[in-house]
Amino acid sequence: MLQLKDVRKSFSEPGGGVLPILDVPEFELGAGEQMVLVGRSGSGKTTLLHIIAGISRADSGQVIINGLDICPMPEAGRDMFRAQHMGYVFQTFNLLPAFTALENVLLGMTFGRMRTDRQRAHSLLDRVGLSHRLNHKPSELSVGEQQRVSVARALSNRPKLLLADEPTANVDPGNQQQIVDLIRETCREEGVSLLMVTHADDVAEQFDRVDHLNELNRQSQAHSDPKKKSP
Amino acid sequence: MNLFKIAWRSVQQRRLSSALTGLSMALGVALVVIVLVILNTVEDTFRKNSGSWDMILGAKGSKLQVVLNTVYHLSTPVENVPYSFYKEWETKFQSPIFVSQLGNVAVIPVCMGDSYQGHRVVATIPRMFQVPYAGNLEYEFAAGRAFKDIPGNNEAVAGSVAAHKLGLKVNDKIRPAHGISDETDLKDHDAFTVVGVLAPTGTPNDRAIFINMESFYLQEGHALSEELANQRAQQNGQSRSQDDNKEPTNEDQSQDSGDQGGGNQDAGEQATASNRHWNVRPVAFTENTLQEQEDGQSHAGHGQAEALPEELREVTAILIRFDPEQTALSSMYSMKMVKDINKGNVAQAVLPLKEITDLFNTFIGPLKGLLMFLAVLIVVVAGIGIMVGIYNTMNDRRRDIAVMRALGAGQVTVMAVILFESLILAVGGGLFGFLLGHVAVGIVSSSISGTTGVEIPMWFLTWQEMVLLPGLVILAALAGFWPALSAYRTDVSKSLTATP
Ligand SMILES: Nc1ncnc2c1ncn2[C@@H]1O[C@H](COP(=O)(O)OP(=O)(O)OP(=O)(O)O)[C@@H](O)[C@H]1O
Ligand SMILES: [Mg+2]
Repeated sequence: MLQLKDVRKSFSEPGGGVLPILDVPEFELGAGEQMVLVGRSGSGKTTLLHIIAGISRADSGQVIINGLDICPMPEAGRDMFRAQHMGYVFQTFNLLPAFTALENVLLGMTFGRMRTDRQRAHSLLDRVGLSHRLNHKPSELSVGEQQRVSVARALSNRPKLLLADEPTANVDPGNQQQIVDLIRETCREEGVSLLMVTHADDVAEQFDRVDHLNELNRQSQAHSDPKKKSP
Repeated sequence: MNLFKIAWRSVQQRRLSSALTGLSMALGVALVVIVLVILNTVEDTFRKNSGSWDMILGAKGSKLQVVLNTVYHLSTPVENVPYSFYKEWETKFQSPIFVSQLGNVAVIPVCMGDSYQGHRVVATIPRMFQVPYAGNLEYEFAAGRAFKDIPGNNEAVAGSVAAHKLGLKVNDKIRPAHGISDETDLKDHDAFTVVGVLAPTGTPNDRAIFINMESFYLQEGHALSEELANQRAQQNGQSRSQDDNKEPTNEDQSQDSGDQGGGNQDAGEQATASNRHWNVRPVAFTENTLQEQEDGQSHAGHGQAEALPEELREVTAILIRFDPEQTALSSMYSMKMVKDINKGNVAQAVLPLKEITDLFNTFIGPLKGLLMFLAVLIVVVAGIGIMVGIYNTMNDRRRDIAVMRALGAGQVTVMAVILFESLILAVGGGLFGFLLGHVAVGIVSSSISGTTGVEIPMWFLTWQEMVLLPGLVILAALAGFWPALSAYRTDVSKSLTATP
């Protein structure tokens, strides 16, 4: 389903130097598989998710989704691919404040050139327990409710792969478990592969598969070795 | 959900600033509409109406004022010319030689300076209603008939607007006042009977009331009346003693009328409209009588009036319409007339079409250009307002744009959303301004028609307005382009990571 090969990413430093972040020789996620990616702060987890989503481009290597390498695609091609095949849940929810809960979910299906399916939007919001708040703006929803809307939005385009970047970090502990369950159950129901980043151990230990980025990433291994650090 | 709706939501989100930028666009467009509609209709109507008469013979002085006064019933009244001058030309154009060469030339005398409840009263001859107006249109009577040419019948015909505004019907009595404004010391004339109401013509004549000239000469101030002469002597002794000295007697008047016309223009500001005209004349007519009667104070209302003898009569202007079938000879002859008459001291010959064309070319044309330039400038500034308005929101919206991108929106898509937003503000504001402009035209049109006789229909559309919509779309595209480009270039990854 998802396959990374020799993915490298570095950022240019303000001084003119180059700051290498990622060097992932090998990574795979099966269809319908659910996993958690952990790693210390600043290790490059968000950067990796952006590369998988096609939001940013790897410097080199292959990101193969459904047998298709998205790296050589032009930006517009990656946008369309993302619109049709991927869902993304953010740590900060990122609902659009001008739109109602229902419209935010509809937005998730707008850009993939698919017919916007109101029926599905309604049933997704029903699934996350918000069928009574369809026409509320994000500012009128609680934090937990907002994240539930964003889960519904991420699934609205019937993605093959759901990327979730610390979806529970801004949610109170009471709602944390609810969100995780919601994401896991809906992914299971829809046959969606799930790659979730989290810092919460109690969330991570619920997953069968937990990968550590610094084990996948040659760069972080280099980082931890002071002698190899770039001058 | 389509892109237009996404843009609309964003406009809604920023209600106040959207309303303000849209409103500034609306005001600019409204101004463009007002300038276009008013100036174009005024110009159209002025040009059309100047086609009623080929030439006007009037007192020396401002040519334009002669035209405005006699054709458009505007501006302060002009001086007069002797009745004999009218007779001279009337006889000339009726002589067999002239008729054989120039065909049927209409020579219509008019005496102005009276008014009835704010509407100008024009004393003339019934033939005026047989002369086509505004090209080749014929006067029609909505009710009644033209007045008859009988002295003392006191018959009047009302223009359509005057009749409507004053509620005049056939057989109503009106009492014209001396002078054209609402001055309180106006002297009322005898009652005139409305015998006809004209159908609307779309010309300034709609606002006028026409009376039989033969009856006009019997009215106080126009006729020879001892009481009146006496009263004038009192009034003029107080207020115009200086002018009295310069006032020519009847004999040298024809020689002096050239200077007098010029002098009058200068004095025009001080002198009230009424005392420059008919009520001044009798003083001139009866200079000798005045000296003798200076002590007579008694005033017994309307005295017994006797019609002015022809040699003492005056007319304000002589309107001439050449035979449309003899244009070549007519234009040649009219050139000769202009030369001959302007050489003399009695009067001047004015070509109304030329005066109006000159007026528009030298004054109103550039004014229109300037107003249009300013109005378009306001629209452009409003466009810049939209650009700055949207651009200023771009920093706050960076994240929203990045989120849309993360949901799969392409660079072109987010660019289009911003362009739509600019389009909504520019075209939405513009359409509102279009309505606003026409409503404003509707509101001011009554006062414009009241002062100029130009009827401006509220939904009069000018061809320039057809350019408005594509113009606004282009302006919206230009205004939206810069912020849209900024949306296009949004770094999605960075904007998503940035703390909100
Ligand atoms: N655009 C950028 N330019 C330069 N450096 C960047 C950029 N984006 C990220 N980085 C750096 O890359 C490293 C990885 O960042 P990333 O956001 O992927 O970390 P993370 O593992 O998600 O951390 P956290 O758990 O705190 O979210 C950080 O050191 C960060 O400073
Ligand atoms: Mg992160």
